[in-house]
Amino acid sequence: MPDTFFYALEVSLNGLMAGVMYSLVALGFVLIFKASGIFNYAQGVLALFAALTLVGLQNGQVPFAHLINAVFGTSIHGFGWQLPGIIAILLTALVMVGLAILIERYILKHLVNQEPIILFMATIGLAYFLEGLGDVMWGADIKKLDVGLPQGISDAIESTTYEWFGYGFFIDRLDMVAAVVAALLVASLTLFSQYTKYGRALRAVADDHQAALSVGISLRFIWVLVWSIAGFVALVAGIMWGSKSGVQFSLSLIALKALPVLMLGGFTSIPGAIVGGLIIGMGEKLFEFFIGPLVGGATENWFAYVLALLFLVFRPQGLFGEKIIERV
Amino acid sequence: MKKTFAALAAAALAASVAAPAMADLVVPNLSYRTGPYAPGGIPYADGFNDYFTLLNERDGGIGGEKVQVPECETAYNTEKGVECYEATKGSGALVYNPLSTGITYQLIPKVAADGIPLYTPGYGRTSAANGKVFEWVFNYPANYWDAASVAVKYLLDENGGDLSGKKIALVYHNSAYGKEPIRTLTELSKKHGFTLVEVPVDHPGQEQKSQWLQIRRDKPDYVLMWGWGVMNAVAIQEAANINFPMENFIGVWWSGSENDVTPAGDGANGYKSLAMHGTGSDYPVYADLKKYVHDAGKASGAGDQVGSVLYSRGMYAAMVISEAIRKAQEIHGTAAVNAAQVRDGFEALEITEARMVELGLPNFGQPFAASCTDHGGPGAALIQQWDASAKKWNLLTGFIAPDDEVLTPLVMEDSAAFAAENNIAERCN
Repeated sequence: MPDTFFYALEVSLNGLMAGVMYSLVALGFVLIFKASGIFNYAQGVLALFAALTLVGLQNGQVPFAHLINAVFGTSIHGFGWQLPGIIAILLTALVMVGLAILIERYILKHLVNQEPIILFMATIGLAYFLEGLGDVMWGADIKKLDVGLPQGISDAIESTTYEWFGYGFFIDRLDMVAAVVAALLVASLTLFSQYTKYGRALRAVADDHQAALSVGISLRFIWVLVWSIAGFVALVAGIMWGSKSGVQFSLSLIALKALPVLMLGGFTSIPGAIVGGLIIGMGEKLFEFFIGPLVGGATENWFAYVLALLFLVFRPQGLFGEKIIERV
Repeated sequence: MKKTFAALAAAALAASVAAPAMADLVVPNLSYRTGPYAPGGIPYADGFNDYFTLLNERDGGIGGEKVQVPECETAYNTEKGVECYEATKGSGALVYNPLSTGITYQLIPKVAADGIPLYTPGYGRTSAANGKVFEWVFNYPANYWDAASVAVKYLLDENGGDLSGKKIALVYHNSAYGKEPIRTLTELSKKHGFTLVEVPVDHPGQEQKSQWLQIRRDKPDYVLMWGWGVMNAVAIQEAANINFPMENFIGVWWSGSENDVTPAGDGANGYKSLAMHGTGSDYPVYADLKKYVHDAGKASGAGDQVGSVLYSRGMYAAMVISEAIRKAQEIHGTAAVNAAQVRDGFEALEITEARMVELGLPNFGQPFAASCTDHGGPGAALIQQWDASAKKWNLLTGFIAPDDEVLTPLVMEDSAAFAAENNIAERCN
């Protein structure tokens, strides 16, 4: 019995850690939805694209090499360099800013004042475009992502908990890093939005587009800014998830893990994305532990969405979302 | 404007499934180069295409007939796979190899109705090995139940012939494919006295913390894996994370490619998998592939997958198909064979080691001889182990035969149930 208790505790802790990983993806959705009312279907693909770019730059891969070789009959593959992780991350962040500028200039600018469903569909198109672009630029093979993050069991935690409880807890060091990074990210985003000129402008746009425009805030600039930040958050999510599985095209599916988090935490709340992630992560792991064996297992995806559905029924705006009441 | 759009749409549709010349032999390639399973689909499709390109460029095709391989993208999606089948079957398709168990299950009744053979080496419906019931389906040289049996036989060898009291966990993709070995392993657990623990993983398998915490707690002696795509890489990484001994972790052949072990780096060292053919590029056929396909600029895809496990498997599938076509030409005395004649070729196919040597693939695959009743082949498999520092698979064993004493009744039972459900009269009597 004590072992079962400690195991349940271990499952809960690991669920919380997994939840942080889901939150990292959900954060990107929240940022864009909050600032522009767009549900960005492409957020998962942004994470994939960022991770592909990071690995490509780090390993000195020539973008579009296959296409160039096919057209010009050349045989180029790499620049021959290996960049330090931090340099590659900074360069990738710049690429994501460039991508945000292009998205604003060639997609969003033309869709100002369109219905949210039109903008949503535009992001579906963007997702497929970016997935194809990533494939042509960097290739579809699986790439190992190594920016120096630790991975594997934390021996210190295992031995300490064993001494205390007679049960050594498993905590993945990568998950611990992800938790710290998520905390830093939320703190930075909060400070940015509360205490900087651009952060205040971003909040003004989020509150009322028309009012923000009337006081001289550039909607186009704000969109570039928020898509850049979302691109950076996608890069962070891509690094964390890519470190677990390698960088491969299934990374875009991590968005599926973020949806119940958003439904639960609310689409407009940064703390909601974190708390939602923690609840979903811990809830699905505990459900799998207690109920999974009775129903054949593999319940996590199912449970996450059912839990989110329950929240929707009783609190449609999510835990921390803004309640929207439209009166006729 | 509307006319331009309509013309563009028509051109796009026509281009998506290129129509072959009517006199050519048509072998559609239902591939997946996009989506989450693309890293597995691309090398397989490249190996498949390259082998037929080699035959066309070096030999002028098969029996003097060029082979056309129109490619259709399924994205490993069952509905799209069926659409591809419907879109290509009218072009004179001789055989289908959809590289998906889900698509295979959907196509089994269709190919029987349309009279086109379905070749599913190492995947698909296991009981299709019974040719008495499945006239149009062939899955030699080995199937999932063979794989499960070979894995257990290998573990028996490792344990002095006794697995009683041992605990074996099966980590599997929670799909028709992943569930295939459960029945066999359950029977084998009864026979050999080991405990089987089932650990399902939902598609796509990007998050497996619960499963590996369970394995850490249950402490199985061995873990078997039936995974595909990202599930394999994450499982191997998670196994390394909990310090599970890699030499006790064995994947099926769909969990044994470079894609699966590369992301975990050194952590994957010692991981084992089944293999139904050799791998690497140390076979004479590769010299011809280099000369006639790659150096000639006719390689499929980026041309960077040569010698990988899945490239080898795609090439192997193409080789067997081409041999079946050759056999059909021999039986019917015509080079321009049709699908029904190719089925006869599959059923009469015999691949000997001498023939493999002629094809430039010595010791690459197991010899087999199909028959009216046997569409499944001998079912033997190798065990290979990943060397992370050398970044290569090393073969640990020769071909290990499965336990037919357990498998044959299971195949008969399952195929009989299928025959009863579908009012199929047994043949070959």
